[in-house]
Amino acid sequence: MEGVPALALAGVDKSFGAVHANRAIDLSVAQGSIHGIVGENGAGKSTLMGIAYGYYRPDAGTIRVDGRVVEISEPQDAIRAGIGMVHQHFMLVETFTVLENILLGAEGGALLARGEAEARAGLARLMAEYALEVDLDARVADLDVGAQQRVEILKALWRGARILILDEPTAVLTPQETDRLFALLAKWRDQGRTVLLITHKLREILAITDRVTVMRRGAVVATLETARTSQAELAELMVGRRVLLKVDKRAAVPGAEILRAEGLRHVDARGIERLRGISFAVHAGEIVGIAGVAGNGQSELIEALAGLKPLAGGRILFKGAPVDPPGSADACRSARARRIAHVPEDRLRMGLVASFAARESAILGYHDDADLGSGPFLDPDATRTRTNRLMEAFDVRPRLPELRSANFSGGNQQKLVLGREIDRDPELLIVGQPTRGVDIGAIEFIHRRLVDLRDAGKAILLVSCELDEILSLADRILVMFDGRIAGELPRAAADERQLGLLMAGVAAAA
Amino acid sequence: MIDDALAQAVSLLASTVRLAVPLVLASLAGLFAERSGVVDIGLEGKMLSGAFAAASVAHLSGSPWAGLAAAIAVSIALAMVHAYACITQRGNQVVAGMAINVLAVGLTVVLAYAWFNEGGNTPALPDPARFKAIVLPLARALADVPVLGRVYAGLVSGHNVIVYMTVALIPVVSFAVFRTRFGLRLRAVGENPHAVDTAGISVAALRYRAMVACGTLCGIAGAYLSIAQGAAFQREMTAGRGFLALAALIFGKWMPVPAVLACLLFAFADAVQGRLQGVSLPGIGVVPVQAIQALPYLLTVLLLAGFVGRAVAPKASGIPYNKEK
Repeated sequence: MEGVPALALAGVDKSFGAVHANRAIDLSVAQGSIHGIVGENGAGKSTLMGIAYGYYRPDAGTIRVDGRVVEISEPQDAIRAGIGMVHQHFMLVETFTVLENILLGAEGGALLARGEAEARAGLARLMAEYALEVDLDARVADLDVGAQQRVEILKALWRGARILILDEPTAVLTPQETDRLFALLAKWRDQGRTVLLITHKLREILAITDRVTVMRRGAVVATLETARTSQAELAELMVGRRVLLKVDKRAAVPGAEILRAEGLRHVDARGIERLRGISFAVHAGEIVGIAGVAGNGQSELIEALAGLKPLAGGRILFKGAPVDPPGSADACRSARARRIAHVPEDRLRMGLVASFAARESAILGYHDDADLGSGPFLDPDATRTRTNRLMEAFDVRPRLPELRSANFSGGNQQKLVLGREIDRDPELLIVGQPTRGVDIGAIEFIHRRLVDLRDAGKAILLVSCELDEILSLADRILVMFDGRIAGELPRAAADERQLGLLMAGVAAAA
Repeated sequence: MIDDALAQAVSLLASTVRLAVPLVLASLAGLFAERSGVVDIGLEGKMLSGAFAAASVAHLSGSPWAGLAAAIAVSIALAMVHAYACITQRGNQVVAGMAINVLAVGLTVVLAYAWFNEGGNTPALPDPARFKAIVLPLARALADVPVLGRVYAGLVSGHNVIVYMTVALIPVVSFAVFRTRFGLRLRAVGENPHAVDTAGISVAALRYRAMVACGTLCGIAGAYLSIAQGAAFQREMTAGRGFLALAALIFGKWMPVPAVLACLLFAFADAVQGRLQGVSLPGIGVVPVQAIQALPYLLTVLLLAGFVGRAVAPKASGIPYNKEK
């Protein structure tokens, strides 16, 4: 790749307190290319891109755009330099219309009327050129995530971006939407413009990028030509050792029915029906995976099954007997007593208490166990002993029961929560997003433990937005769309394309 | 008989307007603050300080305009203290607002004692140092025209300049919030400051500007109380109007016109209350003055408790902006 790089970072360094997020990063992105950046969570990818976009100020280092040194100390500077960014968590005002969101910061004058007229015309052109249809007068809160992402891209284009940075853009998309996005990016590149794609999905890197930079623990470990690398090599570079990408497992031997859901319905506080009649069963010795784009009722479903969210209709049977009505005072406790374990989707919000010591988080929900204390008192030594045992069994590092839960990495937090629940030898494990924000090494470990649990004859309900995770773990796959089960497929019959159509609500139940 | 009823109605509505003015100003002040993401329970304190500054300066200078300017300046200064605590230092907005209220109650009385020695009040102002009622052209001539002339003379004419300013401000604020660049950014920053930041706009600068607008309006409201409607500063003369204005703002769902209507409703209750004192009601007899005086506040509680429906505040309101989250 010759010529002046579109974007070049040299010696960029950034610390947040004691965390050294970026260490002397050198990165050069060629004009008219798609450049991938991969790395585990916490490798510093997002921080680096935040620096390029002026969201964070680097402690040291220079940024060049088209060969010229630019001082980027706030997003305004980056926008002026032609850098646009699509953030992982969309930066949209939900109560605003699409047009208002696009105008924000690029209003074209003190009064809105003129800028609005100009933007309507210009945006119509952009939408036609890049197949980015979206209703300019719709409220953003009413759009699905795919459309919201199109709004973010339009925002960047409308500001005249020549370098587009996308942070984990496919995390919320169906496979078909991903294809559409990639087609757009390819067209964009062919017009001579530049894309930086941050992702942890290696397959996507191989599918679309020209070059790829691998980051590990805040530093760049390699920059490779995509054509000359492989998933295995990238994974090894990311983790620093060889990893098994595939979960080894035998065919499932389903036993008796453990969980049966019949016509579950849930209406949320705003009066919106989130579950519209969900029925399915989970048997001993199988992993049932629930796939779907986030926000289609999966969270409500697992919280209802765990006893947290009240139902507006339907019933839940555990080993043939109805459970306590979810949402009632004793529902969670009685679920635990029946050995129904729940690993929540959001470990920091529901799985543990960030400010608690590990030994306190490790007993949450089981704090009444007889061996942990007497009467109203907890015995710190007993909790420490139990935590040590869990940390040993589930490889939680560092092995410090007194360390605050927040100070463990995402993967170790997750292993602690998983350990706490599996330790009780559950009949049924309900687990949501088990590897969200978890590093590859821990993913490998967690997947192994889930398969082991299945092989021990336990029932597992797995909810995940990562299609790869569903495909590699589940024996049977249900797809949720808009509060309903859009379809069910045995693993052997499932492929990504078909699941994608179900996830998008396009195909009828298979 | 009909004439009498009309006279009654005109006079009741005219006093509704007079009582609504400080509420409307404070409510619009609160709108700027809360739409920008700063919860402002310090409206009361800013108004009170403004009232004191207006009366003091008007007394010393003899000019109501100097008084008004002083009120605005003092109120903006307090708003900046609040802004510094909440925006720059990311402090708790409710605590900071409460601190301003407590400070205003204490400091105005202490300064009034020190400077004027009249029991915590300021000296009564002579007419030239106040904003007096303005008789609009032809009001006298038309006063005898049935209905329309009476309404014109009694309700439209005969208010002081701040009343007319306030009426003019309502469409201006509404336009500014919904049809200008500043308004778009203001509404955005109270909903999602991250979106504003990544759009290349400074969150802090935007919020400071909103607080300047808030301080300005609170200052005018304070001046109205002490040098337009009243003729001196009296200790704690705002009497909870800042909180009433905040209630009206919530009742109006953070929109200018509905908030103004809510203020008018509260003011109407207040005007009725003034007329009911000492009146014997059929079947009830004379109601104690205190019970009648509580009417507007009772109305507030009832409205906020039951009739507002779901009031959805600006999402980021009350949360200090922190990039890293």
